[in-house]
Amino acid sequence: MSDKKWIILGLLIFMVLFLSPFLYNVLIKAGKAAPMAELVLTPKAKAAKECVMPTPYMRTEHMQLLDEWRLKVVRGAQRDFTNAQGKTFEMSLTNTCLDCHSNKAEFCDRCHNYASVRPYCWDCHLDNPQGEMK
Amino acid sequence: MKSSRRRFIKLAGIAALGLGAQPAIKAIAPAAQTGPQVEFSPGPNALTAKQWAMVIDTRRFNKPEDLEPMIEVCHKTHNVPHFSDKRHVIKWIWETHFHNAFPDIPNRFISEAAESRPYLVLCNHCENPPCVRACPTKATFKRENDGIVMMDMHRCIGCRFCMAACPYGSRSFNFVDPRTGLNEKEMNPKYPTRMMGVVEKCNFCAERLAVGQKPACVEVSNGAIAFGDLSDPNSEVRHLLRENFTIRRKQNLGTEPCVYYIV
Repeated sequence: MSDKKWIILGLLIFMVLFLSPFLYNVLIKAGKAAPMAELVLTPKAKAAKECVMPTPYMRTEHMQLLDEWRLKVVRGAQRDFTNAQGKTFEMSLTNTCLDCHSNKAEFCDRCHNYASVRPYCWDCHLDNPQGEMK
Repeated sequence: MKSSRRRFIKLAGIAALGLGAQPAIKAIAPAAQTGPQVEFSPGPNALTAKQWAMVIDTRRFNKPEDLEPMIEVCHKTHNVPHFSDKRHVIKWIWETHFHNAFPDIPNRFISEAAESRPYLVLCNHCENPPCVRACPTKATFKRENDGIVMMDMHRCIGCRFCMAACPYGSRSFNFVDPRTGLNEKEMNPKYPTRMMGVVEKCNFCAERLAVGQKPACVEVSNGAIAFGDLSDPNSEVRHLLRENFTIRRKQNLGTEPCVYYIV
């Protein structure tokens, strides 16, 4: 049992190293989560009140919706989407979504950056339906 | 635990109840999953056919310049980039020489007029497309409702098997970012571009057919190109095929191309 003090010292050093990120955060620099991204609605989007589907659905499921639209348009030759209220929309990211949400930087990108997702829609799809190129 | 007749009957009763409840649960569960009811439909003006086909009257095109409007409008409509480097060229519709278009028509002493004309070539939207069989991801597929050989750019992995399979050279690979070959001011905002590393080709203007318009090249051809349903005996293309002698590209390969040439 003569090594007791070395063992305890080793354990202490290990604990300090192990906890160092937490200690750094608590004692030296109080960490703060990045503020939640604030989305800006264009006047046109505000006037429409509701997107193609209810807002909570759009917030959480827009990627599934877009994925389904993609499948229907490209592979199924279906171009029109009619929602539960009976309103019909053309299934087009550039020409329907971005028609209202024409502020891609403040609407799409902000939240995608916050959530650290990098969708590659814009490698092909044009992000300015009005055709005003930067 | 001691099993008894009484206990067995009890358990059997509970199991029967559970099985009996299954249809009721099934009836409720899917309704809860799908959420609001939505509908998908082709546009109200969409043109439909069983198999789209094209008849090109080559007698109407005598100089290479005659083909330029078709090539230009197609490439503008679909944001096809222009690269001067031959290795990077992307083409959906282009001009070629008789012997390159129809290498299997080896007659000696053929008509000089026919031989010297420029020929407009594009994807043939074959009835039996070899590119579709070659595609490992089903990014290229034959659309069941109208026979267009379509590409799903989202699925293309750029393996280029389809390019090797296509006997007509109708497919181009994006070796460089296609947006570098496009003039931003002249892009068609209604149609996407492609990204580097995918194959592309003519889509028979599927996006125009969906809104009731004929393909762009047909529209600017002043009637020299006809477009219609091959399976409808009364369609414009079938009329032309009945009345004129036509040839198809590399017919002997059995791909059943749907672009016909009046010579």
